[in-house]
Amino acid sequence: MRLYRIILAGFAVLALGAAAEVGPSASKGKDTFHRVGCYECHNYQGQGGPRLTAVSLDRLKSYVRNANGNMPPYRPTVLSDEDIADIYAYLSSLPKPPAPDSIVAVKNLKKGAP
Amino acid sequence: MVDVMKSLKLKYMFANTASAFRGLQESVVNYANNQDPEFITCLHEEAATAMAHGYAKAANEPVMVGCHGTVGLQHAAMAIYNAWCDRAPIVLVAGNTLDGPSRVYGNQWNHSAQDPAALVRDFTKWDDQPVSLQHFAESMVRAYRVAMTPPMEPVLIIADAELQEMELRDRGDLHIPKMSPIAPPQGDAGAVLEAANLLANAEHPVIVVDRAARTPQGMARIVAFAEALNAPVVDVGGRMNFPNQHHLYQAGGRGLIDNADVIIGLEVQNLYGTITTDSDNVQHSEQRRLKAGAKLISLGMADLYIRSNYQDFERYTPVDVAITGDCEATLPALTEAVKLKIPAARRDAIAGRADTFRKSHAANYERARAAIADDWDAVPVSTARVAAELYELIKNEDWAMVSGGYGGNRTLWNFDKHYRYIGLRGGGGVGYGMSAAVGATMAHTPHGRFCVNFQPDGDMMFSPGIIWTAAHHKVPLLTIMHNNRAYHTEVMHIQKMCNRWNRGVDRASIGCAIANPNIDYAMMARAMGMHGEGPINDPKEVLPALKRAVATVKRGEPALVDIVSQPR
Repeated sequence: MRLYRIILAGFAVLALGAAAEVGPSASKGKDTFHRVGCYECHNYQGQGGPRLTAVSLDRLKSYVRNANGNMPPYRPTVLSDEDIADIYAYLSSLPKPPAPDSIVAVKNLKKGAP
Repeated sequence: MVDVMKSLKLKYMFANTASAFRGLQESVVNYANNQDPEFITCLHEEAATAMAHGYAKAANEPVMVGCHGTVGLQHAAMAIYNAWCDRAPIVLVAGNTLDGPSRVYGNQWNHSAQDPAALVRDFTKWDDQPVSLQHFAESMVRAYRVAMTPPMEPVLIIADAELQEMELRDRGDLHIPKMSPIAPPQGDAGAVLEAANLLANAEHPVIVVDRAARTPQGMARIVAFAEALNAPVVDVGGRMNFPNQHHLYQAGGRGLIDNADVIIGLEVQNLYGTITTDSDNVQHSEQRRLKAGAKLISLGMADLYIRSNYQDFERYTPVDVAITGDCEATLPALTEAVKLKIPAARRDAIAGRADTFRKSHAANYERARAAIADDWDAVPVSTARVAAELYELIKNEDWAMVSGGYGGNRTLWNFDKHYRYIGLRGGGGVGYGMSAAVGATMAHTPHGRFCVNFQPDGDMMFSPGIIWTAAHHKVPLLTIMHNNRAYHTEVMHIQKMCNRWNRGVDRASIGCAIANPNIDYAMMARAMGMHGEGPINDPKEVLPALKRAVATVKRGEPALVDIVSQPR
């Protein structure tokens, strides 16, 4: 009986582990975003430059692989498809910014503001 | 010698004290009573020269920089190069002892040269080593005039130590010649008409400006020219060329260039880059952006002044009409010619362009304004937040930004006067920022302007002694440290190389990061007698720190706010 419980517990741990690895990980994405230097142009929360989550994950992957502007292309050996998905999950998980007009200094930049 | 300097109204002598010009220095502080020129104590010749570079752009007149023989001139060299690329006038005076047996100390031999100016001759417009006082007077006046004739550039006079220190018993026939300024040349009338004809009949003309407006008058002339055509203005940013809240100011301009049928470049250094998309990436590539049949016009002095060695003339650009002349001097004739050449049938269509540009200008402005909120609470602190919070504090002051742009402020702040902005560093040499800002502030302060410098951290560390100079001379400058703890651009270059060889980018920051230990710039400021705030990590602490720093500057003293910031 005891052996049976141990085997059952082992299966449970494995199942949990497998469940944890299903789907992209925002926390891994945050680490990767910093590790591979995305923040250099896109800032630490991905708010600099073009909005990275304004496009689909597939479109983002395609751009990352084939970039030929200021951004260098990233090959799968350096940044895997899973890494890009994690980064996408991280950026998608960030809270929405405040409305511009809820900030006094930004509201006052409106044309015609005092 | 000092009388000559007085005749030229050289207000300051920026210098690190040196035995090679001890005679001159003593005469400035005693004979001239340290006034016109006033000796400003600098801790490095690179800082002194960059100060003069900033001063020249803010005041549109040169000051003097004193350099030690050989060693001081070598320290100054990079900053001279920046000023040369940036068309900024500076009168450099370097000490030297030409006569060997007259050199007393061992080091005086190290500090002397047969031809000291050779070191910087490739990037100074003119130099001389006068051997008599009369010769000195004539050469100084000539040097000043050469420096102030467009294209304005640094010049160098070698002041022989014996000449500086000899006793002058009788002035005899010595005299100081009158400085006769040269009127800048206007472009050829035929070429002006040809250009006007192309522009007046263009469907989509575009004006590109770089170092075009030297003076407020120059800026007004560019506005009049753009309004005559209702043509968009793409500003490369070498000078304060065009008011950024004017509807014809069109940031970026990529689509405009692609769609243009006639483009005119006003004092544009890199015209080739303006009409080409150049990708500095794994596979270097470039693509010409001009559509078939589009015409290109250049107006500027670049073709009249070119040297062989240093390559700041950029890639050769074929143009359809090349007008060699000073932009400010030529624009009135070009504007009038354009007005005359516009066919009556086209006047309504040209007037109709304004609405299009009003809409795109407003949309671009609103996009930039909304983007500030995106990272309002970001840690490290967002540069856009700092720029917005600072503007709220100073927008009613008569402010001047004495650095490059920051946090989107070149779009959002109201750059409506020529003195609001002084352009960039010219040759791309690091170590320009804080020193040029201090020099520019010295030009602005007599006019009561509130000066702001957005200061990159890596640039600051090339000559941090400028903090002491600003504190010692009570130069009321607000410095905001853009402390991203790295040579940020260089990290990206290394990233590109990492990706080129597919070796992973994890180590790209090695050699580029300025961290561990982190530099405490506020403490550095306080150590040299300047008001220091920070380092600030919490965005909520930015505004109170800015308020304290602004109050300090309004009292007439410099202040520095160290903000640990997002990379961009």
